Amino acid sequence: MTDMILAQSIDERISNAMDPVSSVIEGIVFYSVPVAGVNLPLIVLWLVAAGAFFTVYLGFLNIKGPKHAVDLVRGQYTSPDDAGEVTHFQALATAVSGTVGLGNIAGVAVAIAIGGPGATVWMIFAGFLGMSSKMAECTLGVKYRRTRPDGTVSGGPMYYLEKGVAEVTGKVKTGKFLAIFFSIACIGGAIGGGNMFQANQATAQIIAVTGGADSPIVNLRWVVGLAFALAVGAVIIGGIKSIAKVTEKLVPIMAAVYLAAAAVVILFNIPAIPAAVGEIFASAFGFGSVGGGLVGALIVGFQRAAFSNEAGIGSAAIAHSAVKTNHPSTEGHVALLEPFIDTVIVCTATALIIVISGAYLDPVAGELGGVALTSAAFATVLPWFPNVLAIAVIAFAFSTMLTWSYYGMKATGYLFGDSEVAETAFKLIFCIFVVIGASLSLGPVIGISDSMIFLMAIPNVIGMYLLAKSLKKEIHGYRADIADGTIAKVAEH
Amino acid sequence: MGIVVLVGIDGSDAGRRAVTFARDRAKALNGEVVLAHIIPWSPYSFTTPEENEERPKRRAAELAAAEEQIMKPAMEIVGDEVKCTPICKHGDRVELLIQLAREHDVSHILVGRTGESRLRNAFFGNVPAHLIQVADVPVTVVP
Repeated sequence: MTDMILAQSIDERISNAMDPVSSVIEGIVFYSVPVAGVNLPLIVLWLVAAGAFFTVYLGFLNIKGPKHAVDLVRGQYTSPDDAGEVTHFQALATAVSGTVGLGNIAGVAVAIAIGGPGATVWMIFAGFLGMSSKMAECTLGVKYRRTRPDGTVSGGPMYYLEKGVAEVTGKVKTGKFLAIFFSIACIGGAIGGGNMFQANQATAQIIAVTGGADSPIVNLRWVVGLAFALAVGAVIIGGIKSIAKVTEKLVPIMAAVYLAAAAVVILFNIPAIPAAVGEIFASAFGFGSVGGGLVGALIVGFQRAAFSNEAGIGSAAIAHSAVKTNHPSTEGHVALLEPFIDTVIVCTATALIIVISGAYLDPVAGELGGVALTSAAFATVLPWFPNVLAIAVIAFAFSTMLTWSYYGMKATGYLFGDSEVAETAFKLIFCIFVVIGASLSLGPVIGISDSMIFLMAIPNVIGMYLLAKSLKKEIHGYRADIADGTIAKVAEH
Repeated sequence: MGIVVLVGIDGSDAGRRAVTFARDRAKALNGEVVLAHIIPWSPYSFTTPEENEERPKRRAAELAAAEEQIMKPAMEIVGDEVKCTPICKHGDRVELLIQLAREHDVSHILVGRTGESRLRNAFFGNVPAHLIQVADVPVTVVP
């Protein structure tokens, strides 16, 4: 009993200490202006505007580009001499495994609980716009990546902001400032959305499947967090690669199981589909019975899409940069597929089952939020699925934590000249925040996570605008070479 | 010009016996030998960001190790009397051996018996058995 009181106070103490920090950061990053009675965070507008700008500026490549992207992923433009190097498929799969995560399960549930079913439509729309931002940032990521003398390759916004902005605009100081700004935000994003949010939701799901409020570990969240921290530490500090390898293989399997289960729930509810789709569209345009009206649905949908697919945030440019290619635009095309898979397919699947099953109509839906709501939606058809979902959530959360620890480490490496001491310090801090994230309640965690991740978008998108002209030349030049056969498919053997 | 014999080698004893067999056959028929070591690799495997970052470095190290530890001893077995083309590549072993056989106009493929466990074979198949089923030229498996 004494232990329990002590444990409770640890969770609560951590929560109480983080609450004011969370509110301050959230207030700055999510500075909002009232639009039609709903608060519109300017940062969401910032990301959507970037997606819309690059969609138009690059000539709707989010619609015209995916076919070529699929050809690239299938290796149709990869020279056989490059066998053994990082393929387009691998770069894409690595990036997708970092983005497909709790944003797709918990984030979507939050969107529907707050914004109503209509948030789905705006989420998909934001996903399409996000494809263009992702193309832009990943092309730049490859173009300005850094190859070290030992052959290792790393890239990302910090490099294109510094080198690219200096090269194209001549503004060396601006580039350097943006790169440093990005790196600091990236470390925060890695610790927030890439870590605390994941640890928090994975812990919540473990508690839910072990008895909810009656779970023996309900007041021992920090212990679950500690277990996660030890596992993360074993990989990123201890260098136990086998754990990372198992996770990388588990994630695609869990994603397939997740989509298959979603398909089963949808099939069991076929008669309910027309009404659900009707409700989604009605609510999207402000005619629904539930939710926050057009603007509310739109804001929440955009916000969750951005949080889930990270387009315009800059993180994916780090993951995509290691690909073997002579043409940066190839990876830009491949990156188009990432928001498509993440938002248009996986998020939509989650949204559909939540709406179709009617789980969002539960009076406590808003309180349930996150994974619990998605779990309840699956349980309407597959009562045993919450257990499988718990495994999926743990796998997704763990994989996202590993990927984001890498992003944070690269940002730290950029700030401190690849200093091993700094990188190890970052890794230790990262592990400590796993425990903090697991101990907190959902509210402050979402606040911090969103804020820090969205903050990355400020320097990244400014850099993308500054480099837009040279980016367009790069991508259009490449497409012209494909069209006239200068760059041809590799002959089939 | 005589025949071209392709030998798939993996550093095993059976692989070395296959090289000896190929050398003798090429010598007798005034032919030449192509030695191929395929480092198992798939373009569709799932990797971590760290692995991707280090991939160019590791690829170079894998190729260097293959040249030194597998190709060099095999070339010594072939000796100077028979013309020998060494090839170290990443890929699917069966697919690449078939492809190399076509590219080099090979008339005979030789491999060592891999001798892997039944369980391993049940899950991953075995190179000689698979090769026999899909090759366009005669395949000899050397025990």
